[in-house]
Amino acid sequence: MSAPLPRLRLAVALDGAGWHPAAWREPDARPEDLLKPGYWAGLVQEAETGLLDFVTIEDSLSIQTDAPFGTEDDDRTDRVRGRLDAVLIASRIAPLTSHIGIVPTAIVTHTEPFHLSKAIATLDYVSRGRAGVRVQVAPRPRDAALFGRREFPDISYADLRSPTGEGLLRETFAEAADYVEVLRRLWDSWEDDAEIRDVATGRFVDRDKIHYIDFEGLHFDVKGPSITPRPPQGQPVVAALAHRDRPFELVGTSTDVGFVTPRTAADIASITAEIRAAQDAAGRGDETVHVFGDIVVVLDETEQAAQDRLARLNEAAGAAYESDALIFAGTAEGLADLLATWHAAGLSGFRLRPAVLPDDLRRITRSLVPELQRRGLFHDAYAETTLRGALGLPRPVSRYATTEGTPA
Amino acid sequence: MSTVRNDKPKKQIHLAAHFPGVNNTTVWSDPASGSHIEFDSFVEFAQIAERGLFDFLFLAEGLRLREQAGKIYDLDVVGRPDTFTILAALAAVTDHLGLTGTINSTFNEPYEVARQFASLDHLSDGRAAWNVVTSWDAFTGENFRRGGYLPQGERYERARTFLDAATRLWDTWKGDEILADKASGEFLSTPTPGAFEHHDSQFDIAGRFNVPRSPQGRPVIFQAGDSEEGREFAAAKADAIFSRHSHLEDGQRFYADVKGRLEKFGRRHEDLLILPAATFVLADTDADAVELAREIRLQQVSPATAIKLLEQLWNRDLSDHDPDGPLPTVDPSENDDLIAKGRASARSHGDRLEQAERWREVSRAKGLSTRETIVEVTGRQSFIGSAETIASTLDDYVQADAADGYILVPHITPGGLAPFVDHVVPLLQERGVFRTAYEGATLRENLGLREPTR
Repeated sequence: MSAPLPRLRLAVALDGAGWHPAAWREPDARPEDLLKPGYWAGLVQEAETGLLDFVTIEDSLSIQTDAPFGTEDDDRTDRVRGRLDAVLIASRIAPLTSHIGIVPTAIVTHTEPFHLSKAIATLDYVSRGRAGVRVQVAPRPRDAALFGRREFPDISYADLRSPTGEGLLRETFAEAADYVEVLRRLWDSWEDDAEIRDVATGRFVDRDKIHYIDFEGLHFDVKGPSITPRPPQGQPVVAALAHRDRPFELVGTSTDVGFVTPRTAADIASITAEIRAAQDAAGRGDETVHVFGDIVVVLDETEQAAQDRLARLNEAAGAAYESDALIFAGTAEGLADLLATWHAAGLSGFRLRPAVLPDDLRRITRSLVPELQRRGLFHDAYAETTLRGALGLPRPVSRYATTEGTPA
Repeated sequence: MSTVRNDKPKKQIHLAAHFPGVNNTTVWSDPASGSHIEFDSFVEFAQIAERGLFDFLFLAEGLRLREQAGKIYDLDVVGRPDTFTILAALAAVTDHLGLTGTINSTFNEPYEVARQFASLDHLSDGRAAWNVVTSWDAFTGENFRRGGYLPQGERYERARTFLDAATRLWDTWKGDEILADKASGEFLSTPTPGAFEHHDSQFDIAGRFNVPRSPQGRPVIFQAGDSEEGREFAAAKADAIFSRHSHLEDGQRFYADVKGRLEKFGRRHEDLLILPAATFVLADTDADAVELAREIRLQQVSPATAIKLLEQLWNRDLSDHDPDGPLPTVDPSENDDLIAKGRASARSHGDRLEQAERWREVSRAKGLSTRETIVEVTGRQSFIGSAETIASTLDDYVQADAADGYILVPHITPGGLAPFVDHVVPLLQERGVFRTAYEGATLRENLGLREPTR
């Protein structure tokens, strides 16, 4: 008999009024508060009462659109438009929480890895070791135009499988992998004990424990070291959402958590196999890389009520909601069944996307979590204070640390 | 000492708190000195400032660790947090304090910075401010995609166009676009809010800005440069200047100069605040304060630090020089490749020669050693005395138009501001020149600045 599985990990993905485009019209939705700090604080505190491992916060540089692969922004007036920088939302709510991990989305295609590295290190200080970052690419003309520094081909979703599309994906994800490498090197660029405050010699730091990273890549060179000392977790958690080969490779080579979108339990084995292969190829076979299933959730007292609510939302939106992830409309018990099955099939956790906020988040914390606890699949209390701890990831030693060290 | 004209109502003093930075002002060796990176230090510092009803907290920035003679400079505090991220967190633990971040226009892009400041302004309910600085050095540029080098002449052009681009982005949303009408299903009142195009010598950008109008519309804008271009930039665009002129006469000269430039840009005298950085040494009596100030200066300029500061001006290796002996007889190096990287130093050989000559004069006139000379000529504290003396001097300076207020940099982190808040602030309040409660809802209102015009 095999050893019991470790408990499943549970995260929620926060985005505006919820993931369904008509979420903002629900009775308990607060569409006028989406830019207010209290709105975000309330959501994350609710997630923390449910003992969730972490929250993610969506972001984009360009304005939201119903056609993410279109060249142009859409001009719809019936959808939520406008948002705040996710890293700053994360930092604003970190002091108001104490255990839950906080994982903002950051776009890595147009931004500076040096800036993001110190931002996430600072989030880790502010949250006392609960920071992560979900890296996202944006190789689209409409994102590039906001910066005016690079050109990207205008490629439709269908064209992603064309040679041009494949080339674009290859280059964009190679750049993302470089970006994560720079983040990690910068986090390591200060050894943990670099600050010595040695009054006798007048030295605040031991400069032999602060290192240049000397990264050279196709899109950027970064000298280092970071201006921010090594963060509490050493390396904050890195995550990415992945749907196919190149992104799976990024998950395996560069991240601690991959979010994937199986439709059935049968999809899970092939997805995890691809990720494990990339992990092994990158020489990370002995490291933990969590694979989380993403699921959009509409939860209610009965399956019929959940289906009715989804139908009502779709009607208000003017079209049936489609997602890259499975859309689950049912009861907390039904969802617990699904999670248990998928967990057994090889997923170590789940990132649930509440269709409506705060409604489906409350169903997660107040119905799903107790159900999972009853089944022994989820923890009854926070046992760790850091996000790495919650994910069972050891705190890594800086890659630059010397074994002998300098005598004190 | 200038006298105050009686026909004028007394000016209200603005006060701000500069989180001590990575230079020798900060006496990290003092047993009372805490962490410069742990969040608790920032919380304590910000909450002391807010208890003192200060207008804002100020953060400086440097995007590469300082080096001297090719080695990381290790005698001062090293390491700082990310500006935006720490300010957003501080918004959670304060209610009124403004949050001013120094952000470089060379190593950032307008779309991203505009988005971060607009987000910070939302997340702080209208307390965001931006100290716009420019940089020029390839040394710092080695940490960034775009590299760094910008010819001296283009620095302010980039800063100006960067701010113009950011302002255009902030102004794309008027503030009435979000209806969020659940019944009708109209979230927006208009189809394409945020639409913009901006083309100039530095930037060629277009799209839709994705942060709706923030409580202040735009962050309050600070400028910190002292050059002719910097003064023009401030007079044209800024709401406040972070100046280095904290003494009476140089303060008055700077104040008159910059305020005198406002009219040609169609701006009023009160549209630009002059807020010099200032240090203070507070004790029970003036005599005690003078003695304490001397002790602090000696801590700030240790023998090792004295040699490093000497090398920065002489721009040559003087590691064998005796800090307790006279200044070097050799002149500053003619080499314009600076020994000290990542800090604002005397850049040209001419400037260095002239400044070295001033040091020598002080040394000769007073018979001072190298270290004593440096103690004397660099970083002398702005306000030294009992609480009564500091309060009256500070008030006199402001009423005499040497400043509109001061950005105080304590030498101890994070508690160094507390004595000022506890002992000087009440005296300023008694004098009727400092608030007894926050009057405005936003930083802009507390600073008495007008709403931005579009």
